[in-house]
Amino acid sequence: MEVALMIPCYIDVFYPQVGIATLELLERLGVDVVYPREQTCCGQPMANSGCYEEARATEEHCARVFGSFKYIVTPSGSCTHHIRNKFTAGADSPEKDNLTRNTYDLVEFLHDVLKVREFPWATFEHKVALHTSCSAIRGLNMASMTERVHDPVFSKPKALLSGVPGLQLVEFDRVDECCGFGGTFSATEEAVAAKMGYDKLAFMQKASPDYIVSSDMSCLMHLQGCARRQKQDIPFLHIAEILNGV
Amino acid sequence: MSAVDQAKNAEAFLEDTVHEERLDKLLWMGRMRRDAAARQVPEWEELRTLASEIKEHTLSNLSEHLVEFEANATANGVTVHWARDAHEHNQIVYDLLTERNIPTLIKAKSMLTEECELRPFLEARDIRVIETDLGERIQQLDDQPPSHITGPCIHKTTKDVADLFAKNYGSDPNNEDPAYLAGVMRDNTRPEILNAHAGMTGANFVVAETGAIIVVTNEGNADLAANTPPLHIVSVGIEKLVPNMESLAVFIRLLTRSATGESITQYTSTFRGPRKGAAMHVVLVDNGRSARLGMEKFWPSLKCIRCAACMNTCPVYRRSGGLSYGSTYMGPIGIIMMPTADIRKYSELPFASTLNGSCTNVCPVKIDIHEQIYAWREVMEEKGQIQTVKKQAMKVADKVLSSPQLYQIATASVSTALKILPHFAIYNRLNAWGKHRDVPEAASETFHQWYPNHRLKGNEVLGL
Repeated sequence: MEVALMIPCYIDVFYPQVGIATLELLERLGVDVVYPREQTCCGQPMANSGCYEEARATEEHCARVFGSFKYIVTPSGSCTHHIRNKFTAGADSPEKDNLTRNTYDLVEFLHDVLKVREFPWATFEHKVALHTSCSAIRGLNMASMTERVHDPVFSKPKALLSGVPGLQLVEFDRVDECCGFGGTFSATEEAVAAKMGYDKLAFMQKASPDYIVSSDMSCLMHLQGCARRQKQDIPFLHIAEILNGV
Repeated sequence: MSAVDQAKNAEAFLEDTVHEERLDKLLWMGRMRRDAAARQVPEWEELRTLASEIKEHTLSNLSEHLVEFEANATANGVTVHWARDAHEHNQIVYDLLTERNIPTLIKAKSMLTEECELRPFLEARDIRVIETDLGERIQQLDDQPPSHITGPCIHKTTKDVADLFAKNYGSDPNNEDPAYLAGVMRDNTRPEILNAHAGMTGANFVVAETGAIIVVTNEGNADLAANTPPLHIVSVGIEKLVPNMESLAVFIRLLTRSATGESITQYTSTFRGPRKGAAMHVVLVDNGRSARLGMEKFWPSLKCIRCAACMNTCPVYRRSGGLSYGSTYMGPIGIIMMPTADIRKYSELPFASTLNGSCTNVCPVKIDIHEQIYAWREVMEEKGQIQTVKKQAMKVADKVLSSPQLYQIATASVSTALKILPHFAIYNRLNAWGKHRDVPEAASETFHQWYPNHRLKGNEVLGL
């Protein structure tokens, strides 16, 4: 099976190890991974700011680069949500159509396409607080939403992590309240964003986790920034790093 | 008029941690109570769908339902007035009072009269206005607008109220007991109510089929305002119509459960006509509503039944306080309503959201609130309301992120990359990211640089 690997711009620059873990994990699972070298960004930062004109060329470039693949996988619920549900700035084309239909967040791809449930190589004897992004929960339906009180409870990232030997998930309060990142929001409303991050950390820390883990590195970039400013040295990991074996 | 700077106002609110943390806890409890109440109703999601469909039907046939209401209310002995805008509404109320030489108006809570700025209009014309809702009266005494649509003074502590009452009524500033404070208010407003010659209420719903006005309250003050004086004036927005009593039941089941988690309020009162010897007047107010109904993207906000569940669940609202929005309606629903009234003044509001979507999930009438917030951002760009700095930064991002060559140059060293990525993190309010957070640590090489040294395949897809 051939898969095009999409590495979000902020992972490329700040968290290359997450890209490497994603690549290695997919290869370990027997996937033939292609990394299109002309890739840049999905256009979300501009579109999310209302700047559709400025998002157009980037979205069209993204569609050209990835538009011919049957599977496009990216370790980001946020980018996947943008591509699948918000990719309206660029002109319509068969490539765009293909991209929006065939892009998967890594967790979705593992859970729904490859249907992997066991990660015996990835033993991780630690307590983990799992944060799932709002894009992943309410945009991609990767986990049940607490507001929908009659829906069955489920979480795809949790289902994957429960296949990691030794790993113990801890429960914390307000589990699907937004962490405060919100893309451009993290800068335009920095004070509120930071307070939301501080609060999220406080709820997690009450459960005494050894690690904070997410399938979205952008939330973690924000939470890690909050934690370091508060002199908390708790480590942060992307779910790909755990599933691939740290 | 310059745009309301919600972010700056929120930052000021956050500096006072006592009020911020209390507000966050209190409203989150409201959200938890809403969840518990919804859990008790197995058909909750069907009710939401039904409520949404009834509202959509009614709004799609609004003119017929309005005329039907007018005919039925008139037959019940009610005088119906039509107000195109806030000024017409205020003038109608003023005329009703002055024709009868009434110097004082007692009022129940009504967001519509806040929207129309009725109180300053009447006060400038020497008519006293006494709010009788406890929270609304507190806000009136403090010369502040409501900060929340169902709990007008929810941002205040009991100490704030004790101080305010001591200043205004000479009560004990050190007694923060809510029962004591409510007693102080009762002692001061009850005589006003008993002596009043005109009372005003809003309406939660109006029923086209019967001409009835429905008012949902906990304090009973609306019933006093409606039933004590010889003149009852009702201010109501034209979107409050429901077709019949049967459909009303759907909303009554949803409203209070969504708002406070109670299955019903203390009082759900129906006013169908004037009491013997009294008069009842209903003012139907448009004030921009029919224009919004004509907006292809934004008409669904007219479905709103003012429960405030979206505010209670909104992580931004809970940490900003309602006054930060500088608007009549605040929080998620305010963000999508207010720009229809004044696009310049409220141009920044759509950015006061993380687009997390919780508001949409709790909305009892299924308004796609966060999708509309997203859509408003696009409108703000089209209408040229996005700040120049942000716009310029996005133009740079556009150039760099649409070109693999420029992208690779820009990201080749992390120090240059920091200037470009995350561009959204640094374009506005110089180094806004770093004020309360550390910036991400630099990696020694990008994934893009790492890749060719570790994998043989070049993967040039486009051959650029």
